[in-house]
Amino acid sequence: MKMLNGKTLALAAVGVAALITGCEAPPPEVVQNGYRGLGMQTNYNTDRLQASLDANVPPEPIPAATPGGPMAKDVYKNVQVLGELTVAEFNRLMVALTNWVAPEEGCYYCHVNEGFEYDGIYTKVVSRRMIQMTQTTNANWKDHVADTGVTCYTCHRGKPVPEYVWTSDPGPGQPSMIAPTGQNVAAKSVAYASLPYDPFTPYLLQDNDIRVIGETVLPQGNRSSIKQAEWSYGLMMHMSSALGVNCTYCHNSRSFYSWDQSAPARTTAWYAIRHVREMNNDYVVPLSEIIPASRKGPLGDVYKIYCTTCHQGAYKPLYGAKMLKDYPSLAQPLPEGGLEAVKAGKKAEDTTEQQQAKAEQAEAPAPAPAQEQPAQEAAAPAAPEAEPAAAPAEAAPAEAAPPEQSTEPAASAGPRLRYPPPSMMQYPPAPLQYPPAPAQR
Amino acid sequence: MAMLSFEKKYRVRGGTLVGGDLFDFWVGPFYVGFFGVTSVFFATLGTLLIIWGAAIGPTWNVWRINIAPPDLSYGLMMAPLTEGGLWQIITICAIGAFVSWALRQVEISRKLGIGLHVPFAFAFAILAYVTLVVIRPVLMGAWGHGFPYGIFSHLDWVSNVGYQYLHFHYNPAHMLAITFFFTNALALALHGSLILSMVNPREGEPVKTSEHENTFFRDFIGYSIGALAIHRLGLFLAINAGFWSAVCIVLSGPFWTRGWPEWWNWWLQLPFWS
Repeated sequence: MKMLNGKTLALAAVGVAALITGCEAPPPEVVQNGYRGLGMQTNYNTDRLQASLDANVPPEPIPAATPGGPMAKDVYKNVQVLGELTVAEFNRLMVALTNWVAPEEGCYYCHVNEGFEYDGIYTKVVSRRMIQMTQTTNANWKDHVADTGVTCYTCHRGKPVPEYVWTSDPGPGQPSMIAPTGQNVAAKSVAYASLPYDPFTPYLLQDNDIRVIGETVLPQGNRSSIKQAEWSYGLMMHMSSALGVNCTYCHNSRSFYSWDQSAPARTTAWYAIRHVREMNNDYVVPLSEIIPASRKGPLGDVYKIYCTTCHQGAYKPLYGAKMLKDYPSLAQPLPEGGLEAVKAGKKAEDTTEQQQAKAEQAEAPAPAPAQEQPAQEAAAPAAPEAEPAAAPAEAAPAEAAPPEQSTEPAASAGPRLRYPPPSMMQYPPAPLQYPPAPAQR
Repeated sequence: MAMLSFEKKYRVRGGTLVGGDLFDFWVGPFYVGFFGVTSVFFATLGTLLIIWGAAIGPTWNVWRINIAPPDLSYGLMMAPLTEGGLWQIITICAIGAFVSWALRQVEISRKLGIGLHVPFAFAFAILAYVTLVVIRPVLMGAWGHGFPYGIFSHLDWVSNVGYQYLHFHYNPAHMLAITFFFTNALALALHGSLILSMVNPREGEPVKTSEHENTFFRDFIGYSIGALAIHRLGLFLAINAGFWSAVCIVLSGPFWTRGWPEWWNWWLQLPFWS
């Protein structure tokens, strides 16, 4: 009996030791995403959060170029995308780009002996297309990237090939008699769950329907299966781990599909999925012909974009650092006249917008701004209490997707009996808080 | 309420923990004692506060009444009554009532000179509750981590807290707790049905006893745990179900902030098969 007790004690000690070494130390850093007591919150281990903050710091911006001077298109040959920049701005961008993408390889990663204008090397052609992709992203996908925008560095982080990319995954080898299931391995792509390990091909390349929940109380024609739900779940697992958040960052799990119970971040994510799909289909995949096999996956498809490519564990890439403002040439496809034309266009837009706003105020108040106001008010008192260790808290309302958009994707639903009835719990609107911006250093 | 003829024999003085003879009396069938008084006090106050909370809330629909804990920003301080303070006071009342109830069981056990197994077992239910609304919130640094008091709202909390860890079924302690709950149900079903089968024999035959019980299980699965040990087993299963429930939630948050599937990576990282 004594022996048994000794053994039991030793076994218990081993168990406790395993538990302690396998786990994290309290208290965690928590951000409340919903009404109190609703359990919508993001949990961060402080050590891991600090490591992530340290790992996601943008490089210092290069001093602005002196204005004026000749255009790049007039001085250099074969400048197809950035020709409307001044030579100074063009060269500044080239230096930045080299630092961001090929700091070790230098200019010669894209430009070779045949001359700077030579297009015979695939890296140069790819770079040009990627610059166009960046410009289109910043101009057309503000619903996803807001005014923070993206630069080459958002993905590349000093590496010629971004560290986090995906290719279609054939899965592990299987005995010949067993049909591959596409799941049941502890895959990193789905946060180590047994869910289908390649949810990217169907959702971030093809546009299969992610939603599987029926919209009616009774099964009225929803043929989605549990297996389909597992693919959706797999994609959501990827999004969660890519952003360092959990399901409740976007969803109130009592009703995953209903937009009126979800956090505003879900609207951003909705656009993000479509944005990534467009980047993969319009920019990355068409480059397959020129990209060498060493830059392709086991099935011969090119490295593609998913959430981790930019986010790298942060809810906003580089924790929302605004790199783009220092590189206005990446903010949109350059029109005739370059950045000067862009500036002039913006000024004109602002004045017309102001006039419009004045006119709207004078008339009957439009429904959209009326909706916006309470959301901003709700977020305002929440801001000061954001985080104890916080550097200046970010202005959440400007970044959060405007509330009137959140109804847009759901608008197609007809007058059928909705499940659950939208106002079941009537929680007050959730003040949305974000983790702190990285400290200035 | 009428007292059974033999019951008087057990209504003896003494065994109290607090208050001496002051509350050592019965009301109808119920033993009162100091902790009976505190039980009633806390239970009544707590219930009235819940009703008051419902009255100042948006609905009288019993499914939707919601007494929510404070915002996380209040940390471990008291919050204004209408912004979670009510939840805090109700929590104190609940713990007061539950602990009083357990201590009343202790007093009754002492009076009867029996073991303290009943209050010991009940203590695990209290532990599970206290873990949810005190231990885990304190470890995470805010009362707002407690669950809201409301039928739907506490279900929403359970669901969302589960999804905070991406896939709660991968929580090892949750696995254990569920296994114990199910095994507990299985054991109780087997035991209950066995006893009822002994006292409901074929027409005209006498009621059977433990030899039949043991024989049935030896025939059935090759082993009978025995008349006493089945109760030991039952208590073990039930206590473990509650205990591991408490462990599974106190791990989630204070000691683990990532998805539960990822926790199992220690298995993948063991050197000798990966």
